[in-house]
Amino acid sequence: MTYNKKSHEKSIPVQGKLIVVEGIDGSGKSTQLRLLEKWFISKNIPVFFTEWNSSETVKQITKKGKKSGRLTPITFSLLHATDFADRYERNILPLLQAGYIVLADRYVYTAYARDIVRGCNPNWVKKIYEFAMKPEIVFYFKVPIDIAVDRILSGRPKLKYYEAGLDLNLSNDPYESYRIFQSRIIAQYESLSLSENFTIVDGTMEIEESQRFLRSTVTKLLPLSIKNQVRRITRQ
Amino acid sequence: MNLSSIKRRTRKVIFYGHAIPYLEDIEIKGKFIIIEGPDASGRSTQIELLSSKLEADGHAVLNAGLRRSELIGQGILEAKRNFVLGRRTISLFYAADFADQLENKIIPGLRSGYIVISDRYIYTLMAREAVRGISSSWSHNLYGFALRPDIVFYLDVDPNELVHRVFKKNTFLDYYESGTDLRLSDNMLESFVMYQKLLRKEFMRMQKRYNIIPIDGNRSITQINEDLQKRIDDYLINLQS
Repeated sequence: MTYNKKSHEKSIPVQGKLIVVEGIDGSGKSTQLRLLEKWFISKNIPVFFTEWNSSETVKQITKKGKKSGRLTPITFSLLHATDFADRYERNILPLLQAGYIVLADRYVYTAYARDIVRGCNPNWVKKIYEFAMKPEIVFYFKVPIDIAVDRILSGRPKLKYYEAGLDLNLSNDPYESYRIFQSRIIAQYESLSLSENFTIVDGTMEIEESQRFLRSTVTKLLPLSIKNQVRRITRQ
Repeated sequence: MNLSSIKRRTRKVIFYGHAIPYLEDIEIKGKFIIIEGPDASGRSTQIELLSSKLEADGHAVLNAGLRRSELIGQGILEAKRNFVLGRRTISLFYAADFADQLENKIIPGLRSGYIVISDRYIYTLMAREAVRGISSSWSHNLYGFALRPDIVFYLDVDPNELVHRVFKKNTFLDYYESGTDLRLSDNMLESFVMYQKLLRKEFMRMQKRYNIIPIDGNRSITQINEDLQKRIDDYLINLQS
């Protein structure tokens, strides 16, 4: 019998590195992570980019439910966990095992912050994501709320229902609601920042300056073989 | 049973673990009954019989069950058929679907005083997860938002007898009900029996913790029905005294 209770997880050593960015919308994290991806690609280092809430399979299945506006904090939380699990089981974990650099635009901390703000029990949420491995590094993009909100609202005519946190009844005005919602998420990030040992990035820095900081920090974490590859090519 | 003699006492809901925060303090009037058991164990037949009898006695009955929510509906089934989803992903999908039913159907029904009869509950989900190597502490936490039912029955049918009932019903063995994804055996029949035995073992393991009442499901429909009906009637009568 090939069936073995504990055989299917963690049996293969992870050789790759998991790099995560976190922060509220408009903190500049996605721009920075995309630049990091370009950098790895230019060095011919196997890299994989994964975004929050992006599993096609899960999206297909939940599209109807989400549109109907019947999501409660619990179902909202569980659907995001499903999306994450799908990307984790099919992409993140196998690619890490195969030695890839995996870049994650948001990771379990986004779930912690949002679900807790929506009223879910913190221990319940954390235990659900227990199967996810700890990243090599988490860059937390810290930015004053006004700057982030301005960045998001300029050039965007309308906020989406859940995006603005309208399900929380914070305010009838979507923009006011969005602002309160985002400040609460910042508060969650601040407390996670200590317990989860985030590396803080000043989100008001110039793009080039932040990227230099990210690249030099990441280089130190890479396995020797990749590190040499980065340096060799950089020197040429 | 005399309808007027049943006291409509309200009581606070009890959750297994971390409550649904915004539903923590709600009060319910109804009763919550679960019929668990493998495929072809006679669950739906029994639920039909029990519902008719309870309705004849003057109770409002609401039927619920796994995989009936509008949130996800058929999506899971299709995805499973296409073998695209991992085990953890499937578990979370089922949990989301279950949560939707619990919040939108079961809890409102109990609040307005229905006897809610659910065709399977979190125990089936937890048993399936356990035989697929997912830790019981993870599953237990995941379903912590579930309500504790009043009575849980498990229709216990010998897996070898179950095979015959499945063949009578479908003439073929279902891929998932045979646990084929676990690769227990290349032979479908053997795989089915082994899988059902593993699930049964999980139910026996959960019996004490969740107060699950095993019902000998190898008997005739009428015998099983009399047994279930008597236990439910006794339960309802005991509530009055």
